[in-house]
Amino acid sequence: MGDVSIFLQHLTNGVSLGSLYALIAIGYTMVYGILRLINFAHGDIFMLGVYLTYYGVTYTSLPWWLVFILAPLLTGFIGILLERVAYKPLRGSARITILISAIGASFLLQNLGIVIFGGRPRAFPVPQMLNHVIRLGGVSINVVTFIIPAVTIVLLLGLTYFTTKTKTGLAMRALSKDYETASLMGIDINKIISITFLMGSFLAAIGGILWGSRYPQLMPLMGSMPGLKSFIAAVVGGIGNITGAVVGGFILGLGEIMLVAFLPRLSGYRDAFAFVLLIIILLVKPSGLMGDNVTEKV
Amino acid sequence: MNSPMLKIENLVMRFGGVVACNDFTAEIKEGQIVGLIGPNGAGKTTIFNVVTGVYKPTAGQILFSPNGIEQHQLTGLSPDKIAKLGVCRTFQNIRLFGELTVLENVFIGNHLRVKSDVFSTVLRLPHYVAEEKRLYEKSLYLLEKIGLQDTKDEKASSLPYGMQRRLEIARALATDPRLLLLDEPAAGMNPQETRELIEFIREIKDEFDLTIFLIEHHMEVIMEISEKIYVLDHGVLIAQGNPSEIQRNEKVVEAYLGVG
Amino acid sequence: MREKNKRHVTLLILALTILGLFLANRFLDPYKVRVINLSGIYVTLGLSMNLINGMTGMFSLGHAGFMAVGAYTVGILTMPITMKEMNFFMQPIVPFLANVEWGFLPALIAAGLISALLGVLIGAPVLRLTDDYLAIATLGFAEIIRVVFTNTQSLTNGALGLKGIPNYTNTWWSWGVALVTIWFISYLMRGTYGKAFLAVREDEVAARAMGINLFKHKVMSFAFGCFFAGVAGGLMAGLLGTIDPNMFRITLTFNILLIVVLGGLGKIGGTIIAAVIVTAGMETLRFLDESMDLGFVQIKGIPGMRMVVFSIILIVAVILREKGLLRRPKGREFTYVKN
Repeated sequence: MGDVSIFLQHLTNGVSLGSLYALIAIGYTMVYGILRLINFAHGDIFMLGVYLTYYGVTYTSLPWWLVFILAPLLTGFIGILLERVAYKPLRGSARITILISAIGASFLLQNLGIVIFGGRPRAFPVPQMLNHVIRLGGVSINVVTFIIPAVTIVLLLGLTYFTTKTKTGLAMRALSKDYETASLMGIDINKIISITFLMGSFLAAIGGILWGSRYPQLMPLMGSMPGLKSFIAAVVGGIGNITGAVVGGFILGLGEIMLVAFLPRLSGYRDAFAFVLLIIILLVKPSGLMGDNVTEKV
Repeated sequence: MNSPMLKIENLVMRFGGVVACNDFTAEIKEGQIVGLIGPNGAGKTTIFNVVTGVYKPTAGQILFSPNGIEQHQLTGLSPDKIAKLGVCRTFQNIRLFGELTVLENVFIGNHLRVKSDVFSTVLRLPHYVAEEKRLYEKSLYLLEKIGLQDTKDEKASSLPYGMQRRLEIARALATDPRLLLLDEPAAGMNPQETRELIEFIREIKDEFDLTIFLIEHHMEVIMEISEKIYVLDHGVLIAQGNPSEIQRNEKVVEAYLGVG
Repeated sequence: MREKNKRHVTLLILALTILGLFLANRFLDPYKVRVINLSGIYVTLGLSMNLINGMTGMFSLGHAGFMAVGAYTVGILTMPITMKEMNFFMQPIVPFLANVEWGFLPALIAAGLISALLGVLIGAPVLRLTDDYLAIATLGFAEIIRVVFTNTQSLTNGALGLKGIPNYTNTWWSWGVALVTIWFISYLMRGTYGKAFLAVREDEVAARAMGINLFKHKVMSFAFGCFFAGVAGGLMAGLLGTIDPNMFRITLTFNILLIVVLGGLGKIGGTIIAAVIVTAGMETLRFLDESMDLGFVQIKGIPGMRMVVFSIILIVAVILREKGLLRRPKGREFTYVKN
């Protein structure tokens, strides 16, 4: 009995962490699908989302739920700005060049974070509604642990509707399938790319808010690890594939929690787990679990 | 009788559901120039890619015999091993080392014949310096052969199209091939250049004792220099024979005119 | 004739370097000497990364990991036995290393060799990945190395790091190694193996068709790069005297990447100049982070500002380079000798 409830607790923790990875991974995968670019700064966009929310809740008189919507929107526009400044001038350049610019952008955001927000950790103002513990059977679980997967599922359904039913969503998918052809079909590439960055950054910021509610310590460098891991989730699931990103996120989240739970001796290696998983996947199935195999045309 | 230089038997190449080449069989004897023709998308380059190891065939085998005695199974070998055995090629969509100089491009072709190890190259031990000098002389000779000696220090990508095609041939020759595969060497050339190319192919064949397998769309090139021609349509061999036989073959005419 | 001229120029530069180091040691304060040391180490680092990324075209972000391996190798091998006992108070060091105390040169060579060996082990499976996948896999390996070093208490002293590593590194060592690296990589790139690396960078399919064994050449280039990264890591340990796993974060790799980008992918001379400028520049920019006392007025430094400037330079450099503003008008037109 006790074992089962402990396992369930780990399971809910894993699912909740996995949902967070999934939300961030979607942004990576959407951008990669269209631009074939690892947006290294995505993790830092996530960090910006958390900080904007923090300032919104702490220093304005707006109700918290409004801030929880406005801050991600603002983050989305920062995402667009990032693309315009750091990536757009390099469109069509060698991959390595754009990747270096992405690394630079990530650095810039992190250090701007240190300059503007200060290096000292801050506490995220978790709304009371999200922050109470309920007891289920023998275990106590914070209600936010349930809210996270629920919000993720709602957002995913919305995203699926968007990419399959709306004109913009279809254009987005066309671009990621075949950039050249789609661009000849009169699709406004700049607009679609901006929308992609807007949505990816919006989701990352929502992920950030949920992350802050779960792990309420804010630091300017907080985006770097979750960012890298979410990217790994996207690769594991098959980059460019939204379902894959979600699957990868859950695998990673559950894997990490279970590793710490059942092999406590290895808990120091928790951060290495994602990278080991990544390397195994890249070696066994480089296109990821749900990606298509492609052969280079000679 | 000696075994033929290249023997392709019942070759099948599938990409997912697409059959790029189905049950292709061909034979090239030492010293021959053999043509491979067919409409666009017939699977000609696929056959080159399979022979040179870029793709692994779905079925069938390819036997290569550099000297008529030993026979090597090429299927399953990596491209570099195949090049080492003496099969080299040019590419339909030119693949030079664009940022490097013309001379460097040809010089790199020699690399697979280099005997010195990497540390002797760094220490510039006498035996390596001698080897390198010989290879540079050989590369310069090849450049002279194709008439590019004056542009040796220019970036390969800055050359005009026709010169790039010739440079690809020189680079392939630097690997000391026995069998040379030319993928549309005359593409984009004017009649004058095409005439020169025909002469050039004959010349290198004699000088370097080559056997040549050639894909070409310019019919006058194919008809003039091939001893034997294979015709491919939709991945299937539809005819083979000498040039006059091929010109009279109805199936070939149909395939090209697109009756159906 | 030109060969001979070139040799004269090389000898002249060499002589000037030695003279410069001699004068620097004699007349400059320790802080400036330290910057000179760092520059030398970054020359080695920049060149070794350029060999992998610029010359062979493999986008690897694993440099910090290999530096860590080198730094720890030198740290553990050169540290006096009594110092080891003091360091490893949480958990004693593994017995076979407890009574080892090597000289600096053998320790540096060991650092290079162990890094290179690790490079081969890691490179063999992952180097067939391309572009971003390779980047993220090598970055992953660097992180794994760091995590492992944080957890192997009895080998690396874990998160506590190593203190009291003998300060063997001086300008002769740092620049001596830099000169060896410059020599090695220039001569390597002059020979057929180096040209083969360039061919792999330019077009893998064509390189293979020309008989170049991709795997062998990629692993070879990667191993050489890792060797020098390891040696440079060792020099860093000998310079700082204190190391811990957190020093070898991705940030360190990005510093080197900046040098490579500014110096030019595949360019040896540019990398050397960029290494010196970036290192000196980063030290100069330190004032942005720290408070300054100008006697009459105090300027408050803003922590993080230095890295903000750094990252803006990185982005701007990449964009300008792509737009052709930093590009020299066709390299070969600079040759004034016409024969």
